[in-house]
Amino acid sequence: MIEFKNVSKVYPNGTQGLKDINVTIEKGEFVVIVGLSGAGKSTFLRSINRLHEITSGEIIIDGSSITEAKGRDLRIARRDIGMIFQSFNLVKRSTVLRNVLSGRVGYHSTLRTVLGLFPKEDVNLAFNALERVNIVEKAYTRSDQLSGGQQQRVSIARALAQEAKIILADEPVASLDPLTTKQVMDNLQKINQELGITTVVNLHFIDIARQYATRIIGLQAGEVVFDGPVEEATDERFSEIYGRPLETREDEEVGASANESAE
Amino acid sequence: MSSATRPIKPKKKIYKRWVIYIVLALIYVWALSGVPVEGFKETAGQISKAILSGIFSPDWDYVYLPEGEDLLRGLLDTLAIAILGTFISAFLCIPFAFWAANNMSRIKANAGIGKFFLSFVRTFPELVMALLFIKVVGPGSFAGVLALGLHSIGMLGKLFSEEVENIDLGPSEALKATGARPLQILWFAVFPQVLPGFISYTLYRFEINLRSASVLGIIGAGGIGTPLIFAMQSRDWSRVGIILLGIIVMVTIVDIISGYLRKKIV
Amino acid sequence: MNQLNEQKLPKAPSRIKHYLTFILILFLLWGSAYQTGSTFNELIEGFPNMFSVLDEMIPPNWAYFDNIIQAMLDTIRMAVLGTTIGAVIAIPFALFSASNMMKSTWIFYPVRFILNLVRTIPELLLAAIFVAIFGLGPLPGIFALGIFSTGIIAKLTYEAIEGIDKGPLESMTAVGANKIQWITFSVVPQVAAYYVSYVLYSFEINIRAAAILGLVGAGGIGEYYDRTLGFLEYDKVSTIIIFTLVVVLIIDYISTKLRENLL
Repeated sequence: MIEFKNVSKVYPNGTQGLKDINVTIEKGEFVVIVGLSGAGKSTFLRSINRLHEITSGEIIIDGSSITEAKGRDLRIARRDIGMIFQSFNLVKRSTVLRNVLSGRVGYHSTLRTVLGLFPKEDVNLAFNALERVNIVEKAYTRSDQLSGGQQQRVSIARALAQEAKIILADEPVASLDPLTTKQVMDNLQKINQELGITTVVNLHFIDIARQYATRIIGLQAGEVVFDGPVEEATDERFSEIYGRPLETREDEEVGASANESAE
Repeated sequence: MSSATRPIKPKKKIYKRWVIYIVLALIYVWALSGVPVEGFKETAGQISKAILSGIFSPDWDYVYLPEGEDLLRGLLDTLAIAILGTFISAFLCIPFAFWAANNMSRIKANAGIGKFFLSFVRTFPELVMALLFIKVVGPGSFAGVLALGLHSIGMLGKLFSEEVENIDLGPSEALKATGARPLQILWFAVFPQVLPGFISYTLYRFEINLRSASVLGIIGAGGIGTPLIFAMQSRDWSRVGIILLGIIVMVTIVDIISGYLRKKIV
Repeated sequence: MNQLNEQKLPKAPSRIKHYLTFILILFLLWGSAYQTGSTFNELIEGFPNMFSVLDEMIPPNWAYFDNIIQAMLDTIRMAVLGTTIGAVIAIPFALFSASNMMKSTWIFYPVRFILNLVRTIPELLLAAIFVAIFGLGPLPGIFALGIFSTGIIAKLTYEAIEGIDKGPLESMTAVGANKIQWITFSVVPQVAAYYVSYVLYSFEINIRAAAILGLVGAGGIGEYYDRTLGFLEYDKVSTIIIFTLVVVLIIDYISTKLRENLL
């Protein structure tokens, strides 16, 4: 369970990143955060594992405050939260397996991991995770030889190997084409349903959000302007809130091809 | 075309050009005024001839002498000084490289101090360092190793820090999010990215160090330079010839191997 | 699901190559340490000496400054003249080494070979040879620097020439220019800035080199190391070092600024 209690964030330049947010995400939910660019989606997500610091309020994860956590406690808290990035953030020159195993380093001493002495169970976990995202045959391939969709699945495997209880995904499909978008989102959904891992995803496109989410949270200028089940997240409702309908993947496809033909 | 519509050549440019010419002329007048014009030694021609004939009829016997102190051993010593010196500096410069990298510290001034320190070390001539180390550990190869090891930190540290500045910070963020400790982030997210560059620059510096190591002996810090300077002082030009030949061959071979390895890595 | 299907897993690639490389490097290091007689013991034994040397170097003998200023000016003169000689000789060498200037491999390969040969000989060695020929003084130093910088400038310049735009070359051929006109109007404008930049770069290197050529009697401030170290006057040594550092850093700074303006 993730609880936001009166969370606000003001950037040093005065921009309001988050504004008095009170949200509770229950275990096992598949929550999608939507909003225009700069609405605070990424800040929201990154404040959960404190890659970004908040300026006031508190975030409580499974009963303990991550806002208060320091040093070792913070690392242990982060260990339970997997994160998936828009640009995959894999070490491109390392093998797939090593990238997945790097999700395990929080569990062991520095010396042990630096010497590469991961226990057998860790290696098993890594292979299991790779199997789950259907990419196990690439285990010893260098990551930069994979396609974007494959790389994103590796980064999902990294979060799985981490044995995370929560997965945060920051625009996981923004750099992928429609087909691989579906594979990656299906993977996330399957993991959410089969393992019951709480999943919070930032998405730019409302149509994909509707397809996968159990609950949608809309942000604007750092404030929660919509919070409800998918059925309520209709186009009319969003047009009302944002003054225009949110983008869909199809819009972008049409726009892109229009641009291409213009060139 | 009537002359009225022609653009006028910009005055400022002409003016600037003349300033440059005048400054250059002054520099050369000054530089030439300090050169002694008493001319060459009368024997210059003779000695050049002796050196040339020495180089074209090298003292092949010197290549290998059973009792030691021959060309091969001298070259081997030179190679050993360069290898060890390069390795020491490649190892020691790593912390300095991270210190001097802009993206590794939150305070920009900190990296600036690191950069200044490295450029200070770079400017400190290695031969002077070798002279000082001779006072510390006595004459011989070891002083040469230490001098190269310390001096190369300057350049390698700078090149390494540029490599660190070019890394993708995404993987570090991902590792941080999994709850990794700072050293683990360094090892798993940063090192794999910079290692190929580090190795390539180390090889490049090794090529430079081999040239340096072949002259260290002139001041008594080991290697082939010592027999070379002795041969010169005793005007044994055919020996000078064979040593020069040896240096050229060794440096060329090492350049080729090192260049091949560097291409393979990147 | 936790039971891995062993047959399906890809085989780990062999690590023998890594181990062999590692052993080879260890062997090289051990062999080098043995050959040079480098031991930690010796370093530790020498440590107190190091501090006593450093102790005597501080504070520097500022009064000695007056004695070496003339030698420092000579050093700069040597670098200026050496670089100039190198810059002039480098022009024909660069033209003859560029494959797009000389069509015949019989010309550019031998010329490049000579350049490579020149660059294998350290400048101090050249200086020592020239001292034997011309006697003590700055003259052999200037010649050594001249030959040394020919190697650098010619190599960098011929690479720049090979990278130029072909269009102007063809148009000059088309208007029926002779070889000299062809070079003046199509090659020179394209590489002039690079060439000047390389000359400045080589000047930076030559200043450093000129500062030590005195060690073999080839003039400049380097002669003073011999005089002062021979009498164990470390405070004077540190004055020379600091003076050299300041001059080199100032010249580096000016030269870098000029080069930035050029390109």
